[in-house]
Amino acid sequence: MNLQNAWTIARKDLKIYIKKSTIMYSTIALPLIVGVVFPLIINYARLRHSNLSAGVAVNLLNAFSIWFIIGALVIPTAIASYTLVGEKVQKSLEPLLATPVSDGDILLGKILSALIIPVAALYAGAVAYMVLMDSFTHSLLGYFYYPNWNIGVILLSVPLASLLSVEISVLISSRINDVRSAQQLGSLVVIPFFGIYLLAEIGFFSLNTSNLAIIAGALGALDVIMFYIARATFQREEILTGWK
Amino acid sequence: MMRAHFSINVTVYSNVYYLYGANAAYLEKKGVMIETENLTKKFGDITAVDSITLSVNEGEVFGFLGPNGAGKTTFVRMVSCLISRTSGKARIGDFEIGNSADEERIRRIIGILPENVGLYEELSAYDNLDFYGRLYRLGEQIRREQIERFLKMLGLWERRNAPVATYSKGMKQKLAIARALVHEPRVLFLDEPTSNLDPEAAKTVRDFILDLKSEGRTIFMNTHMLDEAERICDRVAIVKTKLIAVGSPQELRQSLSGRRVRVQVHQLSEPIIAAVKDAGYKVEIEGQNAMVVSVNDFAHDNPAILKAVQDAGGSVEFMTETSFSLEDVYMKLVRGE
Repeated sequence: MNLQNAWTIARKDLKIYIKKSTIMYSTIALPLIVGVVFPLIINYARLRHSNLSAGVAVNLLNAFSIWFIIGALVIPTAIASYTLVGEKVQKSLEPLLATPVSDGDILLGKILSALIIPVAALYAGAVAYMVLMDSFTHSLLGYFYYPNWNIGVILLSVPLASLLSVEISVLISSRINDVRSAQQLGSLVVIPFFGIYLLAEIGFFSLNTSNLAIIAGALGALDVIMFYIARATFQREEILTGWK
Repeated sequence: MMRAHFSINVTVYSNVYYLYGANAAYLEKKGVMIETENLTKKFGDITAVDSITLSVNEGEVFGFLGPNGAGKTTFVRMVSCLISRTSGKARIGDFEIGNSADEERIRRIIGILPENVGLYEELSAYDNLDFYGRLYRLGEQIRREQIERFLKMLGLWERRNAPVATYSKGMKQKLAIARALVHEPRVLFLDEPTSNLDPEAAKTVRDFILDLKSEGRTIFMNTHMLDEAERICDRVAIVKTKLIAVGSPQELRQSLSGRRVRVQVHQLSEPIIAAVKDAGYKVEIEGQNAMVVSVNDFAHDNPAILKAVQDAGGSVEFMTETSFSLEDVYMKLVRGE
């Protein structure tokens, strides 16, 4: 794979996304909600319920922070679906495939372009989240809760979850001709993780640092498996003759 | 059969100055640029391209004619290394299709205008070309010069910063041609370059193709616009999955069945038609007072036809030579009419 080619393709895609307000709004909405609205809810709860205990506050902080992984699974599907199905609908893949870039360069460029904005938005949201949560909970906890290992593992999981989401979008894009349907199908990737989140919330297990690390490891392993499947799907001939 | 002088080093191609140098050499020497031997493509049980053997010379405008589903696009996709072949051989210049190292080199020396232009509608014309220039590794200054050159040549320079979505169909087609040319390819594959264009835009594109020909580029053009092929192609191939015929438009017209003469009479009647047929000629009625007669030799046959008409009581107003059009040839070969 050639990084220069991949970056050229990613840069072109990023230029297009910036002009697409719907993509930009859908990308920044969730990080904004988790990064700013959730801390404001905590602050509101703290001010309204003076009996809010430190233990409950810590549980809320941990629970809310998981939404960054959920966001990482959902947000890239919007861009990944657009970059692949959108090119397919615009019929712009054929001239691109006729250039001396490899299939891998194109796939890597597409992955990069679908990852960069969501991951940057989620990281920016995470910084806002940590700063606001710390400022709102310092008086209650007596210390700054963030940064800690938990959020470190979550932030490590963000690109891994985003990559999984993009790779699944590649597979979906090979069979779908409509951007919206591809986005909707792609976002279903969150369901298994949402199940894990709910089980944790009802007390089946705790989303502590070690369990989060196991989830990050699983995401990494799935990324590797899905990359090979996506690579096999993203072949010139398959795209031109097999993609529906 | 292949040219010995046409060997290209990919690293050389990363520098467009060398590319121009190579092109200059290429203009001087003519040889075979595209060559296929029994090239076949099957999709499952369906044979899209069936054992096509042909060669296209350097600097030639070659028309590939055939009905929808004749395998024209599949053929172009195979020789431009977009899809694999099922069997047979193909070469572009000295590079062999199917050899992965050669395929990247082939992509560097070809430009493609697909049937669907496939431009990035949100980006400007300039950004579209800049993107492709980068993929072909043109240096920044060369890229800028090439983009300016082609956009000016095609009359798009003034609108270079407008999103392509705001362009007319003809402008988009021109931009797609500029995209195919931005890296100065030696071989240009054009798939229906003037389809869906208004007559003025189609003329601009045709004139531009002739300009490209005068630069010595090899142009391979899929089309089903027969008058266009007749006007601008040096040679044409008629295909319907298999190669049916190949030659210059004139050769193909002549190959159909020799010559024809149109006989305009004062009053066409059954006895006149019968008399000409009895004289051994094939007759087609054209309108109320004319018939088209197939002949072998004007000097011998025209007086005989004239005599037959007069003997049958008719009077000839005038006789003119008519030739078969490429459309006649096409209809005959493809549809058996």
